[in-house]
Amino acid sequence: MTALAELKNLTKCFGSRKALNDVTLQIEEGEILGLLGPNGSGKTTLLKVLAFLERVDAGEVKFQGETVTERNSERMRLQSTMVFQKTLFLGTTVFNNVAYGLKMRKMPRSVIEEEVGNALKLVRLESFKKRSARKLSGGEQQRVALARALVLKTRLLLLDEPTTNLDPKNTSIIEEIITKVNRELKTTIVMATHNMFQAKALPKRVALINDGKITEVGLSSDVFTKLSRNLAAFAAVENTFNGFSRITDAGTSIVDVGGGVQIEATFQKQGEISIFISPQDIILSEKQLKSSARNMLKGRIAEITDLDSLVRLKIDVGKPFTVQITKCSFNEMGLNLNSEVFLTFKASSVHTI
Amino acid sequence: MDQISDGIVKALQLIFSGDPTVYGIVSRSLLFSGIATILAVLWATPIAMLLSLKNFPGKSIVKGFFTAMIGMPTVALGLFLWLTLSKTGPLGFLGLLYTPGAIILGEALLVTPLIVSIATNAIEAIDPEMMNLARTLGASESQALTAVLKEAINGIIFSNVAGFNRAIAELGVALMVGGNLAGFTDVLTTDISTFNARADFASAIALAIILLLIVFGINIMIIIARNPRVLVTLGRMGQ
Repeated sequence: MTALAELKNLTKCFGSRKALNDVTLQIEEGEILGLLGPNGSGKTTLLKVLAFLERVDAGEVKFQGETVTERNSERMRLQSTMVFQKTLFLGTTVFNNVAYGLKMRKMPRSVIEEEVGNALKLVRLESFKKRSARKLSGGEQQRVALARALVLKTRLLLLDEPTTNLDPKNTSIIEEIITKVNRELKTTIVMATHNMFQAKALPKRVALINDGKITEVGLSSDVFTKLSRNLAAFAAVENTFNGFSRITDAGTSIVDVGGGVQIEATFQKQGEISIFISPQDIILSEKQLKSSARNMLKGRIAEITDLDSLVRLKIDVGKPFTVQITKCSFNEMGLNLNSEVFLTFKASSVHTI
Repeated sequence: MDQISDGIVKALQLIFSGDPTVYGIVSRSLLFSGIATILAVLWATPIAMLLSLKNFPGKSIVKGFFTAMIGMPTVALGLFLWLTLSKTGPLGFLGLLYTPGAIILGEALLVTPLIVSIATNAIEAIDPEMMNLARTLGASESQALTAVLKEAINGIIFSNVAGFNRAIAELGVALMVGGNLAGFTDVLTTDISTFNARADFASAIALAIILLLIVFGINIMIIIARNPRVLVTLGRMGQ
């Protein structure tokens, strides 16, 4: 595969802090590359360098074989576009926002009308043209921001945490669009995320980044199979724990993750281990449940985050667990900060990293 | 109370009689302050853009300077300019003293800190990533700057209007460097002061009312121009 973009020994500093430290990375043409790392690891800075929005302090950036300099960066920017984590809109309609890049490229009005229509259809917001972009819901805004980027049909598309804080419906739509655009338009995509499931599912290759350094790069299947402790070290990855596993007489494993928390899993492993449990696999209840699930932990609600139709909760059981429930359930159960709750999940929901 | 009602009656008479002296005073006020505001906007806007979008050593000191200068007493600025523009002053060769040019220059300098401060705040209120958003969508540097300015336009217009209001309402600069020469450099504020000194309160009040009507009128026109729906709301209230 040919390299669309190359980063060689890149360093980028903000004051005394090295946001990127001697980074070398190749982006292959037509791939989806996942950039996985915790908050503050340098993902956004790396994306901005690839979007030619940030100058580097050392190293080289090449795009389509040409070195990127201050002189040609404005021209290069026409070949790549970035969707920021925080959706930003011009104070105008959805149509004008999506059309902005095409207007900068001096496209004729008829072409703009057609392309904007197609882009909004792709993100399933065809009827939203005249609406004020700033008054949309979070999920709709993210889709409009994606349409605004896709309409430009650039060689390289950079996505900074495209589904953070979105409900499953919008997340699913966006993930579908990303896959479709890559498959049908052969758009090269670099996607920053701290969602391990997304990093495993969408990209073919994954680069792990921490403290401004790329710690691993490879096929996502290899990186995730390799029992990488780098993954567990990422503070922002939910429900990931390091611990010590011992095999039980029943043929399962009990993993001591500290904080008085012991988790039963169906695998058989002895020794130091990293595990994760998907928030979607955890049942939250006010009372103890009598069920076949092997894991039941008692704790208190430490944090509540509103995600439109869903609510994300951080539960302190001795270790922090993240759980997602519908807003309906949250209201019906009358939950609040410090409410006592029980977490229940099956031993088969515990995965090794 | 009689003086005020006399003043109101006289104001109405002066406005509707088409008195050329009054119209001359009003025209000069609008012209001098209008040109002064335009001049100030021309040099204040790039300063505001620099202060809001760029980082440089001493930036906070520069910002603090402009904020402090908002409170500059007009008579102090007028005196300083008089000394500068007088025959023995460093710019005496320009021959500006006691001419409309001196008033325009003085008022432009007076309102610059106000326009800079308000416009800087307006641009700073725009998300700093807006420039990057425009750039990543293909905008050049100047196009990206335009996008940011468009987002801050309400605040920038407010800064311009505030500048004009200050310019047309000030007395010290116009008096000191304009000389209040009848039919040449007298403006609404200097004539109000003159009539008051002569105990011609009716005329002073009349001109003060005219000044207030101008300031309110221009501000209301700008509000309506920016938001025509205000007319619909006013219409409904009247029904």
